[in-house]
Amino acid sequence: MLGVSRRVAVSAVVLAVLVGTAVGAAGFTFIYAKGASYLTDDPAACANCHVMNEQYAGWVKSSHHNVAVCNDCHTPHSFFGKYYTKALNGWHHSVAFTSGDFHEPIHIGERNLQVTEAACRSCHQDITHAIEPELLVRVSAQATKEPRKEADRHGSQHPVPRDGTMSCLRCHRSVGHLELD
Amino acid sequence: MANPNAPVKRRGLLLLVGVGLVSALAAAAAVALATNIFERKQEAKNTFVRVVELTDDTVDPAIWGKNFPLQYDSYLRTVDQVRTQYGGSEAVPRAPTQADPRSVVAQSRLEEDPRLKAMWAGYAFSKDFREERGHAYMLDDQTFTERQQVTQQPGTCIHCHASTYTAYKKLGNGDIMKGFDALNHMKYFEARKQVEHPVSCIDCHDSQTMQLRVTRPAFMQGMARMKAAQGVKDFDVNRDATRQEMRSYVCGQCHVEYYFKGPEKTLTYPWDKGLKVENILAYYEENPHKDWTHADTGAPVLKAQHPEFEMWNQGIHARSGVACADCHMPYTRVGAQKVSDHHVRSPLLNINRACQTCHHFSEDELRSRAEALQARTFQLRNQGLDALVGLIADVKAAKVAGKTDADLAGVYALQRRGQFMLDFIEAENSMGFHAPEEAARILGQATNLIRQAQIMVRDPSFKPEVPDMPPPGAGDAHAGPGTPGKTVGNPGGGSPAH
Repeated sequence: MLGVSRRVAVSAVVLAVLVGTAVGAAGFTFIYAKGASYLTDDPAACANCHVMNEQYAGWVKSSHHNVAVCNDCHTPHSFFGKYYTKALNGWHHSVAFTSGDFHEPIHIGERNLQVTEAACRSCHQDITHAIEPELLVRVSAQATKEPRKEADRHGSQHPVPRDGTMSCLRCHRSVGHLELD
Repeated sequence: MANPNAPVKRRGLLLLVGVGLVSALAAAAAVALATNIFERKQEAKNTFVRVVELTDDTVDPAIWGKNFPLQYDSYLRTVDQVRTQYGGSEAVPRAPTQADPRSVVAQSRLEEDPRLKAMWAGYAFSKDFREERGHAYMLDDQTFTERQQVTQQPGTCIHCHASTYTAYKKLGNGDIMKGFDALNHMKYFEARKQVEHPVSCIDCHDSQTMQLRVTRPAFMQGMARMKAAQGVKDFDVNRDATRQEMRSYVCGQCHVEYYFKGPEKTLTYPWDKGLKVENILAYYEENPHKDWTHADTGAPVLKAQHPEFEMWNQGIHARSGVACADCHMPYTRVGAQKVSDHHVRSPLLNINRACQTCHHFSEDELRSRAEALQARTFQLRNQGLDALVGLIADVKAAKVAGKTDADLAGVYALQRRGQFMLDFIEAENSMGFHAPEEAARILGQATNLIRQAQIMVRDPSFKPEVPDMPPPGAGDAHAGPGTPGKTVGNPGGGSPAH
């Protein structure tokens, strides 16, 4: 090697081997774990881990099977929101399934419930708007993390889903994936 | 000799070692993760291994357990004794004797509530009656109960206290109906020699396909007669029931009201007119039967036996298509496998899986809901028992004062009816939970009839009011065509898909 001292050259090779080994191992793991599939909308990707088998099987038999995939209900309908949610859930799910430390039956968390409730309202706006007149304001307010202004509440309005009263899923639990049988 | 390049070299070396360490850690973490993912992927592979060949004659559950270790493991756990507020069972130590080698039994219900002795006066149940224990104990607890010493029991009892399917086949040369008759005709201890295990895999599962199936002739016949009353001809439970129905019917083979018909002592489920308590009473009027003559009053009375299947049929869970197994054997995940929990027990000992799959409330909330229903039933039951104890005292006094059996015939009829209704809920293992409103209705009715009987003791001209009988199938979760009911697993109505 010209113009480079022998010592530096040896160091560079050693460094390349070390870093290459790490990148190779990480790369293999990424491919082995079907890492790229998580960037897609394919529901099968969500069932890469067998712990989601029941949810997947339930979705296959559900009423929303032909109109929605996992991401339609479980991620926000915006580019940034979607991939941020995917990353966040991806991290939590990986940690949970790798360590084996998670509650069974699986429960949806507060944030993901908000996302799902907003998704119901996004597609079924024509109906939900009649129930909750300020709905559009509310869903976008949640997406942008703006605290809803008191002025948005017009006396007769129902509380936001967070209060657990007007949750769509309270009555319509089975539309996505009912786990019975 | 100071080398001006030394610090640079040292820094370079440090950097190299640092990068080396970080790379090594990163590689190790990546490999560790890959290994973990590999393990999880292995879990997801179907791990069923056929170690032994099962046949239609394999009765020993341990042999089945070689092929199905997860189910067998949970099945073995039915030895556990855990109390719930109104059920479960408590392990009570006792000194083993020659006649009864058990060193642990369940608590005595007679000591807990002496009123039961009054209700069953003159019947073996007033001598020994303990809280029911898990499936593991069904055979021993029946073999060694003191009731065996005070009375000669028929072989009929064995049908539900042991794994009898292979015994039927052996006694009937392959015909289970013939084997069923043969066991009915035996004395208990002769029949006891034909069996060796408590309820086992083969009693509910086909050995080749693992499909659920009914093996008890009494249930096949009882269901066929009940369906016939509702207009369903030639009902064959193993051919006509849905998979979800079977997840209750295999339990309904035994968890029912029954009697021993005629001198042949044929095990019979009195469902010809329907499953409600009035339907069953009407059956016993048409097919005259008494279990014993009450020692204190002289009334020809009936003993109700654990009618869980009948009560569940009147409840909201059955109506919603929820099967026995959904709450008493809820699914659980082992690795990637979904396994029915064969540790059959009170759902209150397993609220997370039994209730929270459908009901999204905290364990405490769900427990207090269930116990509130049970507490109300318990209060009504106590009222009924107090009324009955009062009636028995009144009749005894009337007899001392010279009243004859003929004078008291009307009172006896009311006692028979009221006491059976009371016992129907007392004997049913859910303290009303399986059908809370029905339990309350029955207990209200029972108290009403017993109090009317007390009036009749005092005033023979009193005309009692006995409520009308509901039509067969009305309100049942299992009603056939033309009756206002529903089909299990098919809340929408219509004909079930097969």
